Amino acid sequence: MRSVAEPTLQVTDLRTHFFTRAGLVRAVDGVSFTVGRGEIVGIVGESGSGKSVTGFSIMGLIDSPGRVVGGRIAFRGKDLVALAEEDMRKLRGNRISMIFQDANTALNPVIRVDTQLIEAVRAHRGVSVDEARGIAIEGLKLVGIPAPEKRMKSYPHEFSGGMRQRLAIALAFVNQPDLIIADEPTTALDVSIQAQILHETQKLCRERGTSLVWITHDLTVVAGLADHICVMYAGRLVESGPVDDILDNPQHPYTCGLIGSIPSVNSRKKRLFQIPGTAPPLLALKEDCAFRERCPRASKTCAKAPPESKLGPRRMVRCFHPGSDGDDRHPAPAGRRAGTLPQ
Amino acid sequence: MTIFLVRRLMHSIVVLLVMSFVVFAGVFAIGNPVDSLINPESTQEEKERAIEQLGLDRPLLEQYFVFLKNVARGELGTSFVHNRPAIKLILERLPATLELTVAALLFAIVLGVPLGLVAGLNPDTLIGRGILSSSILFFSLPTFWVGLMLIMVFSVDMNWLPTTGRGETVDLWGFKASFLTLDGLRHLALPAVNLGLYPLALMIRLTASGTQETLPQEYIKFARAKGLSPTRIIFLHLLKNIMIPIVTVVGLQFSVLLAFAVVTESIFAWPGMGRLIIDSINLLDRPVIVAYLLVTVIVFLLVNFLVDIVYSTLDPRVRLSGL
Ligand SMILES: Nc1ncnc2c1ncn2[C@@H]1O[C@H](COP(=O)(O)OP(=O)(O)OP(=O)(O)O)[C@@H](O)[C@H]1O
Ligand code: SF4
Ligand SMILES: [Mg+2]
Repeated sequence: MRSVAEPTLQVTDLRTHFFTRAGLVRAVDGVSFTVGRGEIVGIVGESGSGKSVTGFSIMGLIDSPGRVVGGRIAFRGKDLVALAEEDMRKLRGNRISMIFQDANTALNPVIRVDTQLIEAVRAHRGVSVDEARGIAIEGLKLVGIPAPEKRMKSYPHEFSGGMRQRLAIALAFVNQPDLIIADEPTTALDVSIQAQILHETQKLCRERGTSLVWITHDLTVVAGLADHICVMYAGRLVESGPVDDILDNPQHPYTCGLIGSIPSVNSRKKRLFQIPGTAPPLLALKEDCAFRERCPRASKTCAKAPPESKLGPRRMVRCFHPGSDGDDRHPAPAGRRAGTLPQ
Repeated sequence: MTIFLVRRLMHSIVVLLVMSFVVFAGVFAIGNPVDSLINPESTQEEKERAIEQLGLDRPLLEQYFVFLKNVARGELGTSFVHNRPAIKLILERLPATLELTVAALLFAIVLGVPLGLVAGLNPDTLIGRGILSSSILFFSLPTFWVGLMLIMVFSVDMNWLPTTGRGETVDLWGFKASFLTLDGLRHLALPAVNLGLYPLALMIRLTASGTQETLPQEYIKFARAKGLSPTRIIFLHLLKNIMIPIVTVVGLQFSVLLAFAVVTESIFAWPGMGRLIIDSINLLDRPVIVAYLLVTVIVFLLVNFLVDIVYSTLDPRVRLSGL
């Protein structure tokens, strides 16, 4: 039975590790978040923070040497981690679909677009090729690809980058899934095209009540569109909460830094603030807080990994010294206690 | 398409011209056929008459132009040894060699691609490793020795298959073909396996490495993300990408096998061009050698042409006019 209140997706303490020759990579290490029906959740984090691995874990597409080693991924109440491969296959591309980070490499270069669309429909619905073709053409119209009947006969390389991205979106929507995981294209696409595509995807999701997880490295992209934001750093969520709360009242120094580096929010009041340093390599992660080297508030306490602190029903921060102080460029006093807010 | 055809035709003509001159000059340099052709007891006068008759007294370039003029009239010269038109001699034996070559290649593809696929999909299993190791063996065993072993096992010991000749043949468009009769097929089996062992190893390795290169590609992961069945992913998404290098290598192997058929033909007394060309080289029967090489080059060009067409249908990013 599916109750109205039941979220579309509930990820609890997800851990996905890669057992590489060089050592253990904890690409995702204890990530929890919830996506309600028709909700849009943004996962924000810099390169290598584990966003794509989170997405692929939900899809059940983690390959050796990687493995989901712990946690629960409940999709409409059903745990996907425990699901048999054949049952998972029936969900993929059907109830949950994914838009890959790079549409150029995600489409098979030697197979015609119509074949790739039709097979996606027929993998999950018992329709004839002609019916599937009709559904596919409708899908292309939906995402604004001009002359879809004609374009169907093309190969992926005959599309422009933006059109290929639309094609990928059409594929994601074609079976009217309950959940779409969109790994935002980080390369090759024009910023304005990217914004437009995000806007259209969001609109389609709103119209159809589809839940959307939008993965991005840019907080500004999701600031205006998502309902809920998860900030990811070195395989962990460091902060999550409703979008307004995160933007107006960020608690984690990393989130504060991200917001400080948004020009529009900052609008000439201060010099544009950049978070100094780079994320540590995951292989070298120690027991301390992963953000410590870059953190303006770091103290002795931070030699341990900070636990998640719940600030509300769906509001969380993972830091010993949370707070949304305006100026973080001075190190915090060593005696600062966990949970204290500034001012 | 037309541009491609015209360009390919011109290209082929140039290749043929260059080839013919190289062959002509090469054979000229090896030695004077007169010494082996004319009875050593014949008088000086008889010798000179023969030389003049064969046109061997004229300079190289002049002989070459006479040859070209004859080629333009469809004349490749008369065999010094057999006293029959060289091209006829070659064309009589070409079908047998082609049949053997095609059979060997088919054997290699039909067996090699599935085996390579199994090895590529299960590289860390006993069966996968076994397939790859045996392919190394097929690479390194000498054709001659394998041929003798095949005869020993399948003909002498078990008495299953015949060892010599083409068996019963059927007329097919004016040529003799073995593969249309059961007896012919039985005769074809051992030579085809013998000649096909090397390309079989090649197909296995090519398919296995192609599979391993293609599997980690994003489009395979995306195909899985669409919820396609593993069968469809392997036999459409994976295989169609692997077919591209395979077709290229099959094209190249065709020409190689055409030449290597000589060994197999000798072991199994297969009446192809192989024996004829060995004898002709020994006797410096220049017209036959030249005719053989030209026919081989033409077959080679034709095969390449077919490969390019197949290639362009397999890989949409390749345009025929760009080739
Ligand atoms: N196949 C793999 N083998 C080993 N490590 C891996 C593998 N895939 C991912 N990782 C590790 O997981 C980490 C997270 O990778 P992921 O692709 O999720 O980053 P991301 O947040 O999506 O970054 P980007 O914004 O660049 O796409 C990386 O640092 C990488 O080291
Ligand atoms: S736990 Fe300490 S080091 Fe980590 S982010 Fe918070 S203050 Fe900075
Ligand atoms: Mg990524």
